[in-house]
Amino acid sequence: MRYLPHTPEDIKEMLEVIGVKTVDALFEAIPESCRSKEPLNLPRAMSEWDLNAHMDALAATMAPSSEYRVFIGAGSYNHYIPSSVPYLLSRSEFSTAYTPYQPEISQGTLQGIYEFQTMVTRLLGMDVATASHYDGATALSEALLMAVRKTKKKRVAVSSLCHPFHREVIRTYLGPAGIEVVEVPYGEDGRTDLAAVGAMDDVAAVAVQSPNFFGVVEDLASFAQVIHAKKGLMIASFTESIAWGLVKNPGSQGVDIVAGDGQSLGIPKAFGGPGLGLLASSKALMRQLPGRLVGTTTDLDGKRGFVLTLAAREQHIRREKATSNICSNNGLCALNAAMYMASLGGTGFKRLAQINHNKAEYLKRKLMDAGVKITFASATFNEFVVKFPEGFEKTYDRLLSRMIVAGLPLGRFYPELAGHYLLCVTETLSKIDMDQLVKEVTA
Amino acid sequence: MSGYRQGDSGLILNEPLLWEKGKKGRCGFSLPECDVDEVAFDAEFAGDGPNFPDLSEVEVVRHYTRLSTWNFGVDTGMYPLGSCTMKYNPKVNERQASLPGFSDVHPLLPEVRNQGALKLMFDLEHFLKELTGMDAVTLQPAAGAHGELAGILMINAYHKKRGEIRTKILVPDTAHGTNPASGALCGYMPVAVPVNEDGIMRVEDVRALMDEETAGIMVTNPNTLGLFEKNIREICEVVHGKGGLVYGDGANLNAIMGYVKMADIGVDVMHFNLHKTFATPHGGGGPGSGPVAVTRTLTPFLPVPRVEKLKDHYHLVTDYPDSIGRMMTFYGHFGIMVRAYSYILSMGGEGLKEASAHAVLNANYIKERLKETFHLAYDHTCMHECVFSDAKQEPYGVSTLDMAKRLIDYGFHPPTIYFPLVVPGALMIEPTETETKEDIDNFIDTLKAIAVEAKESPELLKNAPTRSKVRRLDETSAARKPCLSG
Repeated sequence: MRYLPHTPEDIKEMLEVIGVKTVDALFEAIPESCRSKEPLNLPRAMSEWDLNAHMDALAATMAPSSEYRVFIGAGSYNHYIPSSVPYLLSRSEFSTAYTPYQPEISQGTLQGIYEFQTMVTRLLGMDVATASHYDGATALSEALLMAVRKTKKKRVAVSSLCHPFHREVIRTYLGPAGIEVVEVPYGEDGRTDLAAVGAMDDVAAVAVQSPNFFGVVEDLASFAQVIHAKKGLMIASFTESIAWGLVKNPGSQGVDIVAGDGQSLGIPKAFGGPGLGLLASSKALMRQLPGRLVGTTTDLDGKRGFVLTLAAREQHIRREKATSNICSNNGLCALNAAMYMASLGGTGFKRLAQINHNKAEYLKRKLMDAGVKITFASATFNEFVVKFPEGFEKTYDRLLSRMIVAGLPLGRFYPELAGHYLLCVTETLSKIDMDQLVKEVTA
Repeated sequence: MSGYRQGDSGLILNEPLLWEKGKKGRCGFSLPECDVDEVAFDAEFAGDGPNFPDLSEVEVVRHYTRLSTWNFGVDTGMYPLGSCTMKYNPKVNERQASLPGFSDVHPLLPEVRNQGALKLMFDLEHFLKELTGMDAVTLQPAAGAHGELAGILMINAYHKKRGEIRTKILVPDTAHGTNPASGALCGYMPVAVPVNEDGIMRVEDVRALMDEETAGIMVTNPNTLGLFEKNIREICEVVHGKGGLVYGDGANLNAIMGYVKMADIGVDVMHFNLHKTFATPHGGGGPGSGPVAVTRTLTPFLPVPRVEKLKDHYHLVTDYPDSIGRMMTFYGHFGIMVRAYSYILSMGGEGLKEASAHAVLNANYIKERLKETFHLAYDHTCMHECVFSDAKQEPYGVSTLDMAKRLIDYGFHPPTIYFPLVVPGALMIEPTETETKEDIDNFIDTLKAIAVEAKESPELLKNAPTRSKVRRLDETSAARKPCLSG
């Protein structure tokens, strides 16, 4: 086996030093009654070329966005990834290192994550950002737990227009801890009902996604005002990071904690993971943040360097009193996002967001012109809800066979929206692709 | 090779922070011409966009290339970080994960277009079941700690379903910090189980602590001292006898593949660390992947969606009323699963067993050759790792930290230090199976040389490292006046 370097001679020499006859003798440290009698019933080792053929065949059954025209976002977005990004990311000094426990030989990871944290604070307009979480749903759940710790109230409000899967994860995380999750309904404008939050009492926080699951931009400042008057915290979440190239950032709207998905920042969709959880807060909440943080310091010669810091919040020091059980972050994905943001730059980021917006608005207008109903009239970014004609399921399947995926049916998530579809357009779809979709759906 | 010193000085280039370079108007991204009309964004919600530096592609490439040279990875050299299983990460697995059919696919496409990914997940679950004898697996948790949380949530749901309220959980002294922290998220108060003079748990201690208010026990086996918990079967019986369940922390599974099946020794639920045992890159701290396996007792509580096979088709099924729910937005770290699956197929069943055999051989060899030089906390046949301490070097004013830092000058990544907590000044060495005998010998000789230096010229250790990009860093001031962004 090419990953196991020992020759029979090596093994013999080592066993002699240890003073046993066989390697299996070392396993006599395990009681006989605990040891397996049967060999593992697993496939035989495959050669590299057989393995490649096997994997190619599995991958060939899939529908990659390079071949299909996929008009779905809903938490996973198809954006162009510059070749330089995966190339740099494959530097094995980054990928095969672990947590920077020894900062002197981990400055690459540490500076990279410090820059990531900085760019996330600038993207979201917040004071502090963590070294990342698993994904948007877990980051949002942790944000709500932060609010519960801070306010000591055991009830949170979550917009019904937060991603349906985020809400499911929130229930998984908060339910057993005895925290009540109240859903805030939405109105006819496709926005979270502000008045409903106004009528709530004793809530630790309200979480509002913007752009929300319908792609509609929310008025975060108004929610912040209402919840602050009730001594609760304002949490904003998001799934499409590119939006912040055009949309007013959460920090400028009085938001206390922001949690979202960073997959859009140059990370492959990869069937849903690994992605990237972004978590940022105001300075006042810094010590409540879960997970890793990188900070600056100096070495013995006074030279600038970076270390993991504020570890007193974390499980390896505080054990059961930690702010979270989280140990690792999605470090390489954070670095991936940093490389992507650095490649775009501020000017490029704004322009890319504008192109995305132009395209989505083009499709929206073309569909409207063709008589398709746009469900919500409010301002959207990249995604919007449409009502396709009765019997559209057949068209959907026909389009699928032509390698076009005509949006996400919403009935599964919002029964009142059966027959409605969530459409997404990014810079990767051309005018021709969109014209074709319009032609097919109205044919 | 004897006496070969791999730590040397090379040309290290300085590199500023991203925003200390660049010029407004540059871009490292191929922005397309827009083929549709410009549409202004709603003025009420429009912002200014992020204040990022503008850099050319070359600047970005040099920036990260220089940063990478300040890092030490498994591809750089031996990385014997105890309990982290820093084995070689095969490159063919990277090829598989980057196939467009795996990397460039949306998670919400109709199932008919996802059959390859679902089959891969279904088969990977099957492999993990076979390795452990467990009945069902979820691949959803994102990391080991996340798997622990899933497992504890399932234990919690199980007791609740039976109408029982349990408030405590047993956690041995040797446990990873994530164990008590995961328990706390379900409101469980951790109760410490001491280790005996042999470094393992006693049945009597567990019996004395286990009661009907205790949800179960979290066991790492082999434990973090690298020792097999010999009393595990009896301990499981005691816990089961009081209606509790046994959580197995699979962090150290690399020691026992093909030798022990967790289900056979009484474990009810356990997690895997695909990034440890199954050789996926640690990524500077993630992404990992922490699948969880359960016996029949806990199967109804597994997270959703679950992957199922009906006739020749694979489906994502959510209809499980007793499920703890969803742990992540989608199905877990699929890209990591692809690598682990590819690794298992490369190794085969026999190869995996051999990997464990060599991991244990290497650890025992190191233990044997170093036990005269360093204080060995528990002198027994170890599994995949061994734990020394600085007790013999302390009289010279030299600590574990100093020895670890000196190893850096010699070109090795230091072992895990100051963990497990039951060994003061611990030096926890896990060589893994992928190191050559020459590298292991070189590592041993280096540690012996450092022990001599500790006695004769301790200042060499106190000043170490001297050959890295930076010298020792002031962690106290970093925490006192946190500067977390620029």
